Amino acid sequence: MLEQQIVNAISLGSVYALFALGFTLIFGILGVINLSHGGIFMLGAYAALLLLTRVNLPFWAALPLAMIGAGLLGLAIDALILKVLRKRGAPHLMPMIATIGAAILMTSLAQGLFGSETRRFPIDLFDQENLTFGSISIPLLQASITGLSVVLMVLMIWILRRTRLGQALRAIAESPRAAALLGIPVERLFHLTSFVAAALGGAAGILIGLSFDAISPFMGQPMLHKGIAAIILGGLEAVRAAVLGGLFLGATEVFAVTFLSSEYRDALSFGLLFLVLLWRPQGLFGAAATRSA
Amino acid sequence: MDWSSWWATYSTLVLSLGVYGLMALSIYLTLSCGLLSLANAAFMGIGAYASAIVTLQYEGSFPAALLLGTAAPAAVALLIGVPVLRLSGVYLAMATLGFGEVVRVIALNLEITGGPLGLNGIPLLTEWWHVLLALVVTVALLQALRHSKVGRAFEAIREDETAARLMGIATERVKLLAFVLGAAIAGLAGGLNAHYTFTLSPGNFGFESAVDILTMAVLGGIQGVAGPLLGGALITLLPELLRGLQEFRMAANGLILIAVVLFMPQGIWAPLRFRRRPGK
Repeated sequence: MLEQQIVNAISLGSVYALFALGFTLIFGILGVINLSHGGIFMLGAYAALLLLTRVNLPFWAALPLAMIGAGLLGLAIDALILKVLRKRGAPHLMPMIATIGAAILMTSLAQGLFGSETRRFPIDLFDQENLTFGSISIPLLQASITGLSVVLMVLMIWILRRTRLGQALRAIAESPRAAALLGIPVERLFHLTSFVAAALGGAAGILIGLSFDAISPFMGQPMLHKGIAAIILGGLEAVRAAVLGGLFLGATEVFAVTFLSSEYRDALSFGLLFLVLLWRPQGLFGAAATRSA
Repeated sequence: MDWSSWWATYSTLVLSLGVYGLMALSIYLTLSCGLLSLANAAFMGIGAYASAIVTLQYEGSFPAALLLGTAAPAAVALLIGVPVLRLSGVYLAMATLGFGEVVRVIALNLEITGGPLGLNGIPLLTEWWHVLLALVVTVALLQALRHSKVGRAFEAIREDETAARLMGIATERVKLLAFVLGAAIAGLAGGLNAHYTFTLSPGNFGFESAVDILTMAVLGGIQGVAGPLLGGALITLLPELLRGLQEFRMAANGLILIAVVLFMPQGIWAPLRFRRRPGK
C-alpha cells in the first residue's frame, strides 16, 4: 500500500516537476515570470488530442509533434511580446501582465475552438497491462508518464550541466550583458529557451491530460498555481530546486489524500507553501543568499 | 429611465467603480514604494470575510465591521511582511501570489468562512456615500503621504534601494509601512464590497482578481493617484463595454492587456510623458 503511494507520488511529482522545469527555465534565463506557461500547457494537450483523433497519428509521433507545436507557440510569445519588452528594458511587471493577457487569449480561443467541455484522450493508447515489481504493480500508462517526464528532465539537466550550450545558457542566467560581450548569441538562445520551455510545458500538458484522463480549456490555470508553488517550495534559482519542488509538491498531495482526505490536499500543500514563505523565502532547496532581481 | 430604476440596475456597477478604484490605489501605494506585491486581492478577501463575519454572524454594526475589515488584513500584512519583504522584484511577486493561493485555500476549508459555498445573505449596508467617503479619505491620505518625508522615502526606495539605505532611510520599516497601509486600504475595499454584493466566495479573491488589480494600476499609470483610479474604472467597465463580443469578450480582454503593455507602457495617465525629467 505504502509502496503504491510512493509510486503515485513520484509519478504525479515528476509531471509537476516537468511543468515547473519549463517555467523556471524561462525565469532563470530570460528573467521573466511567464504566466502564459499554463496556457501553453493546455494547448499542448489539445494539439496532441487533435493529432491523435483527427490525423490518427500514433502516440509516439503525436507527442513530439505536439511538443513542437507548443514550442512554436512559446517562440511566438517570445518574438512578439517578450523581445519587445526586453529591448525596451521594461520593468518586471510588464512581461507578467503581457503574458497573463496571452494566457487569457489562449483560454478564450480554446474555449471558442474546442468548446468548454472536458475531453479525453482515446482510451486504447496504452495497453491495460501492469508492470509488477515484487509487491508493487504499476499500470503501463503511469509507468510511461513517469518515464517520459524523467527522461525529459534528465536530458534537460544534462544539457544545462554538461554541454557547451548549457554553459552558455548558465552564463546568460548570470548576466545577459556579460554573456553577450563574451560572444554568446544571447538573443538566439533566448528564443531557443522559450521554444524548449514551451515544448516541455506542452509535454506536461499531454502527460497530465493522460494521467487525469481530462483535457479542458481551464486546465492551465490550476497547473500554473502548482508550478508557482513548486518553484517557491523548491527555490527559484536552480533547475534542480524546481524539480525537487515539483516532486515534493506531488508527494505532499498524494500523501495528503492518502492519510488525511482529499479536501485537505490543496490546504496542506499551500499551508506548507506558506510556512516555507515565512521560514525560508529562498525555498527549501534554494541557496541561502538573499535574493533580489 | 428615471433615477431610481437606473440606480437599481447600475448601483452594483457604480459601487464597484469606487471599490476597484480603492483596490487600484492600494496597489499603487505598494508599487510607488517599488514593491511588486500581488497580495492585494488576498488582503481584500481577508477584509471582506472579516467584515462580513462581523455583521452576519455576530450582528455587529457596520462601522465595527469595516474597522475589523481594515485592521485584520493590516495585521496579517504586518505578520507576513517581515519575512516576505526580504524578497524583492519578481521573487516578491511570486511569494505574494503564493500567499494569495494560501488565503483562498484557507477560506475554502474553514467553517467560519462557509467553505466552498462562501457566505450568503450578507446585509446590504454599503451606501454610495460610504464608498465615496472612503475614496476621498484614501486619496487625501495618499496625497498627503506623497508630499511627506515618508512619501519621499518611498520614491527613494523605488529608484534605488541601496542608495536609499545609505542615505539613512530605514528601508525595512518604510517598506513594511507601505505593505501594511496597502493591505488596510484593500481590506476596507473588501469590507465595502462584501456589503453590497450579498455573497462572498473564495474564488472572488484569487489569482484572476490579483492580476486584474495589477492591470488596473498598469493600465491607468502609476505616476499619481489619477492613473490608478482611471485604470480601475476602465477595467471595471470593460466587461460591460465589450458585451457585444459575446464569447470572444475574454479574448479581447487578453489582447487589450498585451496591447497596453506593448504600446502604452506608462499607462493612460502619464503626465510625466510630456515633461522632461532632469538628468534623464
